[in-house]
Amino acid sequence: MKKNIHSMNNPIRSLWNNKTRRTTFSTYAVVIVAFVIMQLLDSAGMLSYAMRGQLIPICVYIVLAISLNLVVGISGELSLGHAGFMGVGAFVGAVTSTALQGLIPDATLRLVFSMVLGGIFAAIMGLIIGIPVLRLRGDYLAIVTLAFGEIIRNIANNLYVGMDEKGLHFAFLSEEGLHMSDAGKLVMAGPRGTVNITPIATFLTGFILILITLFIVLNLVNSKEGRAIKAIRDNRIAAESVGINVMSFKLKAFVISAILAGMAGALYGLSMSNVTSVKFSFTTSIDILVFVVLGGMGNILGSVIAATILTLLPELMRPLADYRMIMYAIVLIVVMLFTWSPKLKGAIEVVTGNLKEWLGKLTNKKEVGTNG
Amino acid sequence: MAVLQYLINGLSIGSIYAIIALGYTMVYGIAKMLNFAHGDVIMVGAYISYCVMIYLKMPPVVAILAAIVVCTVLGVLIEALAYRPLRGTSSLAVLITAIGVSYFLQNAAQLIWGVAQKTYSSVVTMESVHLFDGKILITGEVIVTIITSAVVMVCLTLFTSKTRTGKAMRAVSEDRDAAQLMGINVNRTIAVTFAIGSALAAIAGVLLCSASPALKPTTGSMPGIRAFTAAVFGGIGSVPGAMLGGILLGVIEELCKGLISTQFSDAIVFGVLIIVLLVKPTGLLGKQIQEKV
Amino acid sequence: MKKLFAFVMAVMMVVGLFAGCGGDAGGNASDKGDAIRIGLSGPFTGDNAVYGNAVKWGMEVAVEEINAKGGVQIHFMSEDDVSDNEKAGTAYATLMDNNMQIFAGAVTTGPCLTLAPKTVTDNIFMMTPSGSNEDIPKAGDNVFQMCFTDPNQGAASAELINSQKMGTKIGVLYDSTTDYSNGIKKSFENAASELQMEIAAVTSFDANTTDYKTQLQQLQSAECDIVFMPIYAAQAVTVLTNANEMGYKPVFLGCDGMDGVLTQENFDTSLAEGLIMMTPYAADNDDPANVAFVEKYKEKSGGEAPNQFAADGYDVIYAIYEGCVAKGITGKTSNADTCAALKEYFATATFNGLTGTNMTWDETGMVSKVPTAVEVQNGTYVSK
Repeated sequence: MKKNIHSMNNPIRSLWNNKTRRTTFSTYAVVIVAFVIMQLLDSAGMLSYAMRGQLIPICVYIVLAISLNLVVGISGELSLGHAGFMGVGAFVGAVTSTALQGLIPDATLRLVFSMVLGGIFAAIMGLIIGIPVLRLRGDYLAIVTLAFGEIIRNIANNLYVGMDEKGLHFAFLSEEGLHMSDAGKLVMAGPRGTVNITPIATFLTGFILILITLFIVLNLVNSKEGRAIKAIRDNRIAAESVGINVMSFKLKAFVISAILAGMAGALYGLSMSNVTSVKFSFTTSIDILVFVVLGGMGNILGSVIAATILTLLPELMRPLADYRMIMYAIVLIVVMLFTWSPKLKGAIEVVTGNLKEWLGKLTNKKEVGTNG
Repeated sequence: MAVLQYLINGLSIGSIYAIIALGYTMVYGIAKMLNFAHGDVIMVGAYISYCVMIYLKMPPVVAILAAIVVCTVLGVLIEALAYRPLRGTSSLAVLITAIGVSYFLQNAAQLIWGVAQKTYSSVVTMESVHLFDGKILITGEVIVTIITSAVVMVCLTLFTSKTRTGKAMRAVSEDRDAAQLMGINVNRTIAVTFAIGSALAAIAGVLLCSASPALKPTTGSMPGIRAFTAAVFGGIGSVPGAMLGGILLGVIEELCKGLISTQFSDAIVFGVLIIVLLVKPTGLLGKQIQEKV
Repeated sequence: MKKLFAFVMAVMMVVGLFAGCGGDAGGNASDKGDAIRIGLSGPFTGDNAVYGNAVKWGMEVAVEEINAKGGVQIHFMSEDDVSDNEKAGTAYATLMDNNMQIFAGAVTTGPCLTLAPKTVTDNIFMMTPSGSNEDIPKAGDNVFQMCFTDPNQGAASAELINSQKMGTKIGVLYDSTTDYSNGIKKSFENAASELQMEIAAVTSFDANTTDYKTQLQQLQSAECDIVFMPIYAAQAVTVLTNANEMGYKPVFLGCDGMDGVLTQENFDTSLAEGLIMMTPYAADNDDPANVAFVEKYKEKSGGEAPNQFAADGYDVIYAIYEGCVAKGITGKTSNADTCAALKEYFATATFNGLTGTNMTWDETGMVSKVPTAVEVQNGTYVSK
């Protein structure tokens, strides 16, 4: 999957471009085909209740994984606070949706509005964090993003938001601090999280958000700017010496990633009647990072597939009862060893080689496997 | 007077963070990986010592030794099975495997020892010290923890500067390829590092649970994350840095709870951490890394 | 792309290897026999696993007793939700896919708040054993509670302190990250101000706290002689140990979450001497029904004594069972009919269980039990 940047100025360039286009095309194709299949199954009543409930979370995690991949895989910065941006989006989205209930009665329109606002607030957070922090390198950036995520969680845990005829009220630590009129109702209640939320998120919106995410990220990756960002990742000093403004490019990737995470967060926050701040702690950030690394750094389609499989996996393993989570851990370790270890990879390649050949015959070379 | 007591509480928590952070920082310095399973090795150490003390009715010394032995073996095993095959690949890949190991240890502990919390009996028999007419209290656990972490730090510093293996560790940490060319067995050196780190984790587990007796499968995860933060705070890879970072983190946390706000202590502590890293991007005692062109 | 393939392959291989182990766990769920299908969603792994498992084991004891009697049979299913709202959604959906007829969960507050609206839409009768938040039954007229609500407990605690003249300076120690603790603390403060009691100090901790000396120091500095702490037994163990080290000896007062403190493995119960708590259940009650329950429960839990969560779980199953018997509900009754019949039943029902006698439910679905206070004396509960 690693694209050969050095071949830009030679005759292979057209071929290289072609390959990029092919990857892009197959990424969109997989997502769209998966969506259509799910829609067909759903309308035919063939989807189980459990599967239907998973559709929106999967969309959310796909967007989160792709957006984190932009920072970790493409920009090469380790971030451990991605769930923080998701949290900002979720809470801003929930508050927006409640606030606009009277103004915009149409649920879809309100959802879109909430997602946009969630994205904007996450972008502001991304800027506040990004400007000072992107100067840091490697693991120091990781720890600062982790700290940021924990700060967001801590603040949200103590935040109360209410809504009455005069508008929104905000307070810390107690409901009484809101000074609402009797007609007022709570939107966020500290550790109880969001309350009085009517879930309005739909699978279709989730799917469209994935498409928008793919459009933004793939275009960025394949643009001149994207190549600059990757150049910074591969050799920062060389990139600087040819006049690339390292900070500005990194910040751009970071903020775009925050916006997308915020939008996904808003979708998540409006997909269930209660979301608490605990959800946006370090653990969720780590889960998203697992999707990115397992799917392959910089591999967008990989993020999509890994997010889907790893979200479904614990659910599929429910029959294992008490052994479910320990099996999940074992799967994670084994898969990591098999996909990354140089020795084991050799063994796998023999198998995948055969499989690819077989797949190629089967699908007339239109499948994903052909552009590896 | 209350402030002094908060300070002492901070020292007590901080010295436990410090001892965990020492394990983190050693492994990071030599293997260049964030071992997120470190906190869970602590939990295993605490469980082993608990079982030896309570079920087998052995004296605490035996329990501590048993915990050290089991954790050392566990640490070396984890390294050989889960981390070594990935050496030389992306450090992120190892990070994810470490997370997998962490999930595994937590869930295995739940299956073996059950979900219910156990109450740890302190291994420290030393009497508490009361100062200023009993207004200030220093428990035996605090004294033992502070002394232990100081001793560990000194021993580690001596070990890395004086012994052959210690020097090999430093060489591997400086430049792995060059060390290999000089005839240092890199795999063995890294295994030794994990053994030492895990033995420290066992001691940390015993001390952690002696100070706060709640023992459950997730006991190690939060102190683990805090200690990781402390290690970065002090400058990851630096032994005195881990010590300083751990103690400072504990002190800031408790002062903040005591004097400012218990509800917002996390936000304030992490806020301070961010500011420190912005002013001094490699941590308090971290080395400035020269970038080569 | 090779990596991706390898990844998908490896996942399939490992899952394939282990899929055989689980086998028939959810197996016979699809046959709609005569047995009534009751489902539970709770945390069986992770930080809150201790509560989820207590409820599950308590329920299993009840189900086995009922099934051994002959007559109406119960098919009991449980799914792990890790106390996470999203996972609770899939746990509930999995139960629905297995034709759940009555929902006897969830265990923790967040999942209860998330799932209650779903049961309203699906027309499934819901009775939570342990979700104590007052908003849970408000989701719909099909949602019922078996435990006290939080405000109920806070107010009762304030009245207890006031009527028994238990102390002059009140301190409050609560967990700022759980809704349970926050909810009770709030209602306690409200009731205290109505009764014109003065609260001298309020302090909190969070889920990450391992040491409570700083908080206890704040209470000690304010010279509090009674400390109200609406927290769980697991946390109380450390609080009591820390207080003992500090030589701080106020009267500690807890709520139902405090139950189980005496049965924490290896806990020195002398530290809990004089501790007062509002609990509906005491494991050492020598009522024959309770003795039998404790014995069977210990077999399931590997020797741990049941706490109030387990007893509430046990009671939920019996309450539902009695309702089904009274209304002639069987496994063949539709979900909607089951729900309607049980709603009607619980509007007038009186239930005697391990956690109380003559329990009734009001129109919102909240239970009315009398909170009883017990004091720890010589390692056992004594009614206060």
